[in-house]
Amino acid sequence: MIVDLPSTSTREVSKKLVAVRQDVGAMALSRVLTLVVLVEESGLEEALRTASAASHQHPCRIVAVALGGKRGSARLDAQIRVGGDAGASEIVVLRLFGPLVEHARSVVTPLLLPDSPVVAWWPLKPPKNPAADPVGAMAQRRITDVATTGSHGPALRTLAKHYADGDTDLAWARVTHWRAILASVLDRAPFEQVTEAVVAGASDSPSADLLAGWLAFRLKCPVSLVRSRERSGVISVRLERASGPIDLVRPQDGETAVLSQAGQPDRAIALPHRSDEECLADELSRLDPDEVFEDALTKGIPKVTVRRMSMSDAVARGDAPSPSEGRYTAARLAREARTGDAAAMVERAAPEKKSRDSTAVKKAARRKLAETEDS
Amino acid sequence: MSPARISATRNPLRDPRDKRLPRIAGPCSLVLFGVTGDLARKKLLPAIYDLANRGLLPPGFSLVGFARRDWQDQDFGKVVYDAVREHARTPFREEVWQALAEGFRFVPGVFDDDAAFDLLAETVRTLDAERGTGGNHAFYLSIPPAFFATVCEQLQRSGLTEGEGESWRRVVIEKPFGHDLESAQELNAIVESVFPADSIFRIDHYLGKETVQNLLALRFANQLFEPVWNSHYVDHVQITMAEDIGIGGRAGYYDEVGAARDVIQNHLLQLLALTAMEEPTSFTAESLRAEKEKVLAAVRLPDDLGRHTARGQYAKGWQGGEQVVGYRDEDGVAPGSTTETYAAMRLDIDTRRWAGVPFYLRTGKRLGKRVTEIAVVFKRAPHLPFGDTETEELGQNAVVIRVQPDEGITMRFGAKVPGNQMEVRDVTMDFGYGRSFTEVSPEAYERLILDVLLGDPPLFPRHEEVELSWKILDPVERYWARAESIDTYPAGTWGPDSAETMMERDGREWRMP
Repeated sequence: MIVDLPSTSTREVSKKLVAVRQDVGAMALSRVLTLVVLVEESGLEEALRTASAASHQHPCRIVAVALGGKRGSARLDAQIRVGGDAGASEIVVLRLFGPLVEHARSVVTPLLLPDSPVVAWWPLKPPKNPAADPVGAMAQRRITDVATTGSHGPALRTLAKHYADGDTDLAWARVTHWRAILASVLDRAPFEQVTEAVVAGASDSPSADLLAGWLAFRLKCPVSLVRSRERSGVISVRLERASGPIDLVRPQDGETAVLSQAGQPDRAIALPHRSDEECLADELSRLDPDEVFEDALTKGIPKVTVRRMSMSDAVARGDAPSPSEGRYTAARLAREARTGDAAAMVERAAPEKKSRDSTAVKKAARRKLAETEDS
Repeated sequence: MSPARISATRNPLRDPRDKRLPRIAGPCSLVLFGVTGDLARKKLLPAIYDLANRGLLPPGFSLVGFARRDWQDQDFGKVVYDAVREHARTPFREEVWQALAEGFRFVPGVFDDDAAFDLLAETVRTLDAERGTGGNHAFYLSIPPAFFATVCEQLQRSGLTEGEGESWRRVVIEKPFGHDLESAQELNAIVESVFPADSIFRIDHYLGKETVQNLLALRFANQLFEPVWNSHYVDHVQITMAEDIGIGGRAGYYDEVGAARDVIQNHLLQLLALTAMEEPTSFTAESLRAEKEKVLAAVRLPDDLGRHTARGQYAKGWQGGEQVVGYRDEDGVAPGSTTETYAAMRLDIDTRRWAGVPFYLRTGKRLGKRVTEIAVVFKRAPHLPFGDTETEELGQNAVVIRVQPDEGITMRFGAKVPGNQMEVRDVTMDFGYGRSFTEVSPEAYERLILDVLLGDPPLFPRHEEVELSWKILDPVERYWARAESIDTYPAGTWGPDSAETMMERDGREWRMP
């Protein structure tokens, strides 16, 4: 259900929200937070789609503020979306024109849920200083996405300069799986120091910078960053240890990574690219300051050496693991798995009819045992 | 700059403040006995996929199926695939499935066949070499307890029960943990003769449910509830686990066991322990268990079991628009069976906190609806500054913890009815998980399997707890065994009249859940 309220006031919007709730009935759900989306008109629909998908995990009120032209007289156009059009959330879209553009805070304030946290999200251009932004100042958590800026290097530096508790960035959420796998590798023997680390990632991927910054701060060893082609995301991480390197490689566009470690067989693991919804939902699930992000951003990244050479040069010199080899290994592992192609399992007929007779089963066990001992 | 130190207990990449990082199990495999069973198909296999999908399984994780079937690995893969497609909670992702399926192995075998276990040992060794499972293996015995002894002996014989060096071997067993104290001790002796006590994980899937864990949060993280959580304010507690289904295809098992052994001994007494225990000094496995054991040891049975327990059997009737047969007419049930399908009992806890507060436990098949809940019912206010007529409709305040379905918490209290008369009536205030948090809370088995792989035991009952609960239940069972007849109740109702009478004797009544 969509209700349009052109040239209106927040008082009207609040009244209408209550009325709509009563009409629809089902809207009387508890909402755990208010998500304020600050976006230009062009990115509005996309942002709302992402936000309402994320709201399946965190029922919230989404207040989207679209800033229009500053000229002309002050005007507020509002739209309320509930039910099927809004997923598990209720959406209020506010379009601001004229001098009102400077005063987004005044229209957001009356629409915040009582006694619950406020999260501000800039799906596109992050503000210079999120915590000083009038809306950002009201929020417990401020989510930016530096990947949407043309040059993320300076953007990260600005973010670091103005960092305040509660700031976070979607580029950070995108590398959570990477971090999880790397951390779990160091949970196991051999417990050796990491002497050097190399991260390879796209020249337009702030996630690679953050990952490298995190490693640099936590491992206190030299970390360098090599650049691969644009739009390829994070490609690989190498951690050097005395016993040999740990390589985690996800070939471009691949969803499967290969983990290689000296003295251990290569292992494949699903490492899918995370969608914006997942990342946003992740951000909404915790509202306290993310100190680990702060360390990576403000103290880690300055320690990272950005190499001039391209990734292919680094691979050629043996400084970084080769993504094509990674792809080859992933394919080999899939081939070697004796189950063969996993797709074959899918198409296979259900095996229920096969023998459950004990003698036949015993025979099968012996046959299989003989096969394994032979090979 | 010298690199950060790394040791077994110090991983510089981990930080307690880093709440994003999930705990991923170390390299390991899971060997599943009884892959053809219902539990494996509906719960375990889907839970394993869901874990993989959430990125919580280690690279190289492998799953070995063991069953009395002449299958190839691919046949096993197909069984897993079907189970995953039908029952998994998270969306199906090709790449996750692909990576997981590479680790599937199948061992065709009969439990008393040495060759089958030699093959299993060989398979596990190959996995260590090929997929780097590092000698870490968990054995999940999703099989009838009668086979535990054979399987444990076989595992020991084939050298599967002991890991080398740092590696671990763990065994997971499901209820029932015996059918009385003696058999529970026997069963334990069998398993403990092969695996050390801290490698044995007894799964009670109720304890993996979010709500049960939330019970701990509710009690110990809030200031609101703990001050009234005692005999000064609480009148009594009702713990209910009702099922609307009959015994289905489990007649053979159920007719031997009955409702009390099937449910009260494990689930309900665990819920009682969590509701009644004192605050643990920390949330480590040891302190949690210590508190649970203390409260279970303080449980006292009523002197007159005839007056304070009730049992019954469902007779034919109408259940939810469907005519169903009585228990004795179910396939596989002896015509004259006196096995109970409904059991209720009063228990008292001899501690300062709970003196004089009865705990009423009830469970049954073919009851009004499927519901599990803990209702803490409070005393009436000592003085009401209202006229009798004004508070006629006011009941007792209650906090209800709904375990399933629709997990959450309900509070019941009095509110004034709008209008110019002063009239107070019961209203409820609801908190639902699905409404305030994710609509996708993980399945209990996901949590439990992950805990097994991580070696994290707080949610698993220890053998001492199992023994204590049998000590509570055994006298009741012995008393019931002496009776020749059993009460009946029509299917679809809330149990036999004797259960109502039992409550009336105490001047109370069962809640309508």
